[in-house]
Amino acid sequence: MHGKSTQVKMDEVQCAGGFITVIRFEGDITSASETAVLGTYKGLPDGAKRILLDFSKVEYLNSSGIALVIQMMIAASKHGQTIKTFGLTPHFQKVFTMVGITKYTSLHPDEQTACAAFDA
Amino acid sequence: MDNNPSTIELHIPSRLGYEKIAMNTAASAASIMGFTNERIEDLKTAVAEACINAMEHGNKLDESLSVGVVLSMNADSLEVKVRDTGAGAPGHGIAPDIDKKMHEEEKARGMGMFLIQALVDEAEWVSSPRTGSYARMVIHLHHTGE
Repeated sequence: MHGKSTQVKMDEVQCAGGFITVIRFEGDITSASETAVLGTYKGLPDGAKRILLDFSKVEYLNSSGIALVIQMMIAASKHGQTIKTFGLTPHFQKVFTMVGITKYTSLHPDEQTACAAFDA
Repeated sequence: MDNNPSTIELHIPSRLGYEKIAMNTAASAASIMGFTNERIEDLKTAVAEACINAMEHGNKLDESLSVGVVLSMNADSLEVKVRDTGAGAPGHGIAPDIDKKMHEEEKARGMGMFLIQALVDEAEWVSSPRTGSYARMVIHLHHTGE
């Protein structure tokens, strides 16, 4: 057993300023999620410059899972991509802020607000 | 709660994922004691991180070794001890440096002890190579906040 597995879906949504790639996580994000998190990132279409992370269906997230999100942000930074996030619970918004991730991504309550932030 | 502490003891295998058993038991105890949801979420993360540290660093993921979790429900506080067979935690909860992590000068991982210290009212790590080491965490019912 390693807890619930991580399911990941990838979407392209159109916001006012053009298309945005959305990575939707579901289940647990832990040390066992490396393939799901970083593998999905590596499979993003060429030219994906605006990425939105959807945590609204994540049930359990620990520091190893947060480290995978940081690794994704490192890779995105190298590729000139921008990452924004939404759907974190208030507790994990607090944890992301404590860890300092909010210096490199912005947290939004929902998809619509996050999309709009790309155009701000 | 009366003044006599109620104690709950668990032994979980050093298998990642099983920390959720301790986490959810601690959450149930905190809920019975009347802690707010915000404090319960803080405790859940702290207990899960302490168990993961005990499994990975203390017991080296040897599934034949268990992690002991003792919850002591007092009149106005909940104490959680997480014990392993290791020599003790290598350091304390130093705040992660996100800039160093983003520039790959620091490992992306290694935030567990920091989170524990930041999320509970009291946290300490006791090293005892002979009898087993433990992390001790306490949350108080009448927490004043930051």
